[in-house]
Amino acid sequence: MTRKQKRLVVIGGGVAFLLAAVLLVMFAFSQSIAYFYVPGDLQTENVAPGTRIRLGGLVEAGSVRRGEGSTITFTVTDTLATVPVTYTGILPDLFREGQGVVAEGALGGDGLFVADTVLAKHDETYMPKDVADRLEAQGVQLSGKETIK
Amino acid sequence: MIIELGHYALVLALATTIIQCLLPLAGTLRNDRALMAVAPAAALAGFLLVLFSFCVLTFAYVVSDFSVVNVWENSHSLKPMIYKISGVWGNHEGSMMLWLLILAIFSALVAVFGSNLPERLRANVLAVQGLISTAFGLFILLTSNPFLRLSPAPAEGRDLNPVLQDIGLAIHPPLLYLGYVGFSLCFSFAIAALIDGRIDAAWARWVRPWALAAWSFLTAGIAMGSYWAYYELGWGGWWFWDPVENASFIPWLAGTALLHSAIVMEKREALKIWTVLLAILTFSMSLLGTFLVRSGVLTSVHAFATDPTRGIFILGILVFFIGGALSLFAFRATTLKAGGLFQPISREGALVLNNLILTTAAATVLTGTLYPLMLEAVTGEKISVGPPFFNLTFGLLMIPLLLAVPFGPLLAWKRGDLLAAGQRLFAAAGIGLTVAAIALYIERGGPIMAYFGIATGVYLIVGALTDLWLRAGIGKVAPSVAWRRFKGLPGSAFGTALAHLGVGVMLVGIVAVTAFETEHVVEMKPGMQVEAGGFVLTYDGMRSGQGPNYSEDSAHFTVARGGVAVTEIWSSKRMYTARRMPTTEAGIRTFGLSQLYVSLGDEMTGGGIVVRVWWKPMILCIWFGALIMMAGGTVSLCDRRLRVGAPQKARRMKPAVEAAE
Repeated sequence: MTRKQKRLVVIGGGVAFLLAAVLLVMFAFSQSIAYFYVPGDLQTENVAPGTRIRLGGLVEAGSVRRGEGSTITFTVTDTLATVPVTYTGILPDLFREGQGVVAEGALGGDGLFVADTVLAKHDETYMPKDVADRLEAQGVQLSGKETIK
Repeated sequence: MIIELGHYALVLALATTIIQCLLPLAGTLRNDRALMAVAPAAALAGFLLVLFSFCVLTFAYVVSDFSVVNVWENSHSLKPMIYKISGVWGNHEGSMMLWLLILAIFSALVAVFGSNLPERLRANVLAVQGLISTAFGLFILLTSNPFLRLSPAPAEGRDLNPVLQDIGLAIHPPLLYLGYVGFSLCFSFAIAALIDGRIDAAWARWVRPWALAAWSFLTAGIAMGSYWAYYELGWGGWWFWDPVENASFIPWLAGTALLHSAIVMEKREALKIWTVLLAILTFSMSLLGTFLVRSGVLTSVHAFATDPTRGIFILGILVFFIGGALSLFAFRATTLKAGGLFQPISREGALVLNNLILTTAAATVLTGTLYPLMLEAVTGEKISVGPPFFNLTFGLLMIPLLLAVPFGPLLAWKRGDLLAAGQRLFAAAGIGLTVAAIALYIERGGPIMAYFGIATGVYLIVGALTDLWLRAGIGKVAPSVAWRRFKGLPGSAFGTALAHLGVGVMLVGIVAVTAFETEHVVEMKPGMQVEAGGFVLTYDGMRSGQGPNYSEDSAHFTVARGGVAVTEIWSSKRMYTARRMPTTEAGIRTFGLSQLYVSLGDEMTGGGIVVRVWWKPMILCIWFGALIMMAGGTVSLCDRRLRVGAPQKARRMKPAVEAAE
């Protein structure tokens, strides 16, 4: 091989690798992105059951029910619409009724949202940003956001 | 009064850093040695002033001076002393002070140990360091001043976020910042080289130790953060691909690439332009990480406060330094002469492959981290990119790299023999497959990929040792000769072997815990039992207790194996009184390299409690692997040829280098 050919092989190999990486990233994006919705969106937009999404909103007061063992059901609301959620596992320390929550999972055919991950905020003044933005856009007053400064 | 002195010292420090930036630059432009000589003095003065200012803030925390807003917001008089001190950087303002302090430390180190640097290079490096310090000094004084007062002073503070009240806060941020900020020196060296349009192997010899030191700290910092999240959050996970974790991981990947390309540049004078670019990119990623974490665009435990002006200010710093550096690079890179040529199959070629894969991986993680932010900014759509994305892309990219790692040190410079290297690694591959087969025999089941993962991990470990084995000539020469040779191997050879061995150990841990961990979530009443990892845990009951600033409910478990009680586990939930905030304190017991992990959920009506029990096989390998990698970095750093402060030897070397040019 001449020097020129060698250089071509090296550069070609590098470019092929980068191309493969780009394709890989695009494929992974198409597979594993979860869109964020609040309950109201689920009525207006058609989200197919089984699609992985993030559902955000407030935990409706008085809606938390503990079933057998560690299965929990609660209702997520954006004050306009509600979605029932079921989750098996341990809820985060800061999960509370009337407070912000983000649940990740998929809608079942019966309209019940099966969550595999439930995220609550990290401290008492923090509301998940996605939730806060959307709720504010809908004119919901957020008590948790009045931080003393 | 003392608070105002600290504030004043910070303002003075800003003034010194401006001097540290402007005068030496003017000096190199006009070739004025007196002006250049200002740099080290200004760097030392700036360091002392920032140190004093930082000590004053610490003092305010120690004596719980709630007339300082920052102390009032983040401290409590009942908090244990260790958390009062570590709480200094457990908030936005204080952590930026730590950033600035470490930046000043690195400047001072160059001033003290850089007496063997060429005058112009040292002046330029310190000037760029001064510029970075100026930017962050301004940022602190204008948007994040920790010395603001409050009148009248409240009687009691609002306490620190309980999640942060842990020994981890004392260790993780300083280590991480030493790494993050340490790369600023590589950046400054790169900019200095571009300003002067001159770069040679000696430049790489000065940059490499700093890159190594920063990399070692960053490795330890990330590992510590991972372990902290693991035991403190009670979720049992050690890595979440959280944007904040990625923010530290991207510079680590870039820094690892830099470390390797600097070797090529030092030994072979090749890849000069690429190394300079990597040095710029690595610190740019550190800055980007700081922006992501501190600006409030991400919500996480690290985003202490969200104030839009801060985000915009850091974004300004980011654009100025990254944009400025890359523009300078575009203009000046052509003036740097390209270096030596080499065959694709050679040590250089292997290191190029390493760089290709590591930078691609860094770019992939960066894409996944920024994509949701970009999409929201452009279309307003909110998405999340989670672990599945990163596991798929990053995981696949790492496979060729991991397989190639042991080949690198076995290939010769300039022209290597792939076949011969492959033959030498037969033993490593064989041992790896044997261990995997034994694991399969013991475990009987589990995903088949996991066994390949374990085989790869063992192959990495043995492969790393193979290099030392061959270089010492064990088995080929008399044992005494081999021992002498082994002892005589350069520190960097041991460093390389250790770091690569650490990767293998970590891989074994990651694979084992991902494939073979077991998790049980059960509702338990006193007397009930749950089985995990061959142990039987019996729940005995709850006990209430009081800590200095929290109340606590602890559950007691007896752990038995084969009917015999071997140990006990306390797992608890705490309620921090000042913030009315609960935390989970997981109960963890270590058995060899594996752990039993018990965390508590809600109490049920009727005396039951939800309990989550994990068996985490080999999980400690993950962090031990990281520690071994860090040890490798340290051993390499102690190599006499690379030692930071070896002025005598370097001085003798310098004429030789100059003569060679």
